[in-house]
Amino acid sequence: MLIFELSRPGRVNRSQAPGDAPEPRDIPQRFLRARPPLLPEASELDVVRHYTSLSQRNFSIDTHFYPLGSCTMKYNPRACNALALLPQFLARHPGAPDDTGQGFLACLFELQEMLKEVTGMAAVSLAPMAGAQGEFAGVAMIRAYHDAHGDTERSEILVPDAAHGTNPATAVMCGYGVREIPTDGDGNVDLPALKRAVGAHTAGLMLTNPSTLGVFEHSILDIGKVVHDAGGLLYYDGANLNAILAKVRPGDMGFDAIHINLHKTFSTPHGGGGPGAGPVGAGARLAPFLPLPIVCGRDEGYRLQDERDLPLSIGRLAAHAGNAGVLLRAYVYMRLLGAEGMRRVADFATLNANYLLAELVKAGFDAAFPQRRASHEFILTLKRLKDETGVTAADVAKRLLDKGFHAPTVYFPQLVPECLLIEPTETESKQTLDAFVAALREVAAEARASPDLVKSAPHTTPVRRLDEVRAARELDLTWKSV
Amino acid sequence: MTTPDHLKYTETHEWVKRETDGTVSVGISSYAQEMLGDIVFVENPAVGRKVVKGEECGVIESVKAAADLYAPVSGEIVAANDELRDAPEKLNHDPYAAWMFRIKPSDPGELDGLLDAAAYRNVVEKDKK
Repeated sequence: MLIFELSRPGRVNRSQAPGDAPEPRDIPQRFLRARPPLLPEASELDVVRHYTSLSQRNFSIDTHFYPLGSCTMKYNPRACNALALLPQFLARHPGAPDDTGQGFLACLFELQEMLKEVTGMAAVSLAPMAGAQGEFAGVAMIRAYHDAHGDTERSEILVPDAAHGTNPATAVMCGYGVREIPTDGDGNVDLPALKRAVGAHTAGLMLTNPSTLGVFEHSILDIGKVVHDAGGLLYYDGANLNAILAKVRPGDMGFDAIHINLHKTFSTPHGGGGPGAGPVGAGARLAPFLPLPIVCGRDEGYRLQDERDLPLSIGRLAAHAGNAGVLLRAYVYMRLLGAEGMRRVADFATLNANYLLAELVKAGFDAAFPQRRASHEFILTLKRLKDETGVTAADVAKRLLDKGFHAPTVYFPQLVPECLLIEPTETESKQTLDAFVAALREVAAEARASPDLVKSAPHTTPVRRLDEVRAARELDLTWKSV
Repeated sequence: MTTPDHLKYTETHEWVKRETDGTVSVGISSYAQEMLGDIVFVENPAVGRKVVKGEECGVIESVKAAADLYAPVSGEIVAANDELRDAPEKLNHDPYAAWMFRIKPSDPGELDGLLDAAAYRNVVEKDKK
């Protein structure tokens, strides 16, 4: 049901408080629209009920456990929200002069400094508006670096086969070819294969560590050396930073660039609830190429740097200073935690993941990499269940919705058959994790006793099984009056 | 899952059929379509393109994955099955009838290097473990 379908001609919804702004009268006739815009006509109560009922149909981190691997769906502390909504922040015009926004700029400056500290990078730009844009900025900087050195023969970005789909997409967007590097049996990058793949054509390597397989790359220092020796640069995909927060720093692992998903690691609202923010960090070699603006000048007054300060910058990715409201939430979150709190985030994120993995193995599920300890997330393979019962990972995921749990990530990474990628995060209690294990155990029992019950799930959600083929092929996102 | 004996196969799950006019038709195996699940988009190589054996030359996208298509032999793309653009589900329903593209091989000897049905069944068995 769309709000437009509730519309009844003439049902107007006037402002209840008299406005003090005068009606504009001096707009030239030619700029005025001939007909009023086609807006839904509904009463205030209709509108309130409509949106409240839509919100009640949501699965969200505020209502349900949301173990979506590779997405770090953690609780968003209310204090971050409350402080980012202070009227002094909200009412500030983004185009206001820097000298009237020193408090706001001080927050952004300190956020840059904290992100530098936690990633081990030489400089940080907060400009990118999402993780994918941060990735783009990172690889665009690598390209700008090679170009600035006249090194234009480098045409290829290396990407492990377990990588996020955004990595190869980013490389292609930046004009590079992509070469996949295989994974060995333990879930690490296949080092001999990497050695064979690098050369004078290598622009860089994009890597997530801990990887998308939920394990830490043991040979990260060797990987870095192989790529650097070939003249390439190393890009760190920050998707899994939560596991190592304030424990190990990508800069110390040898990475030259990183993007950080504030909506993952630093607990700002996520996905459709965004907008996101994907700050990008750079080591000394790439720092001159960071996107603008960057906040500088603790001592002489904060200001936003522009092209005159950083002539080699890859440019601007956002209007003004990026998604300021999101940046402020992350700033408050980091200030609330402090360095000690950040270490505890990593401690409990990994403890929760390893506890959940151990309990699920005890409950009869198969770990994809049983010989490896989990980082902040881990992979189960339901291949045996599928072979025995015909019930797939997708069926199990749908059935979990009936049990009151959001489904984990399914069928990613693609190299593990019938996989569930599960990330509990540090903000869940043992009781919640135990309830999740019990639910998965129930679903597995149902799959054996009455597979059709699981195959036809979900049964209790506002919409049942969606037509995914039609959704992919007939994308229809805009309402049109017909 | 079927693996017709009259076809040749690749380790990357394409099937290859010799046509009487000297070209070869290429599609994906029943095992491949089963692993991918419901296929929603197909991107075939352009007619006239020269490909090298093993080169990425197309993309198949399903509801759960995107997979590359590899040229089983070197040569020139002489035809692409445009029907699949509007009806990619044919790859699921009848994978051995739904050819994707045809190549005129530059070195017909390469065809002898492809897997026969028995060898491909071994590849699938190994993959299943």
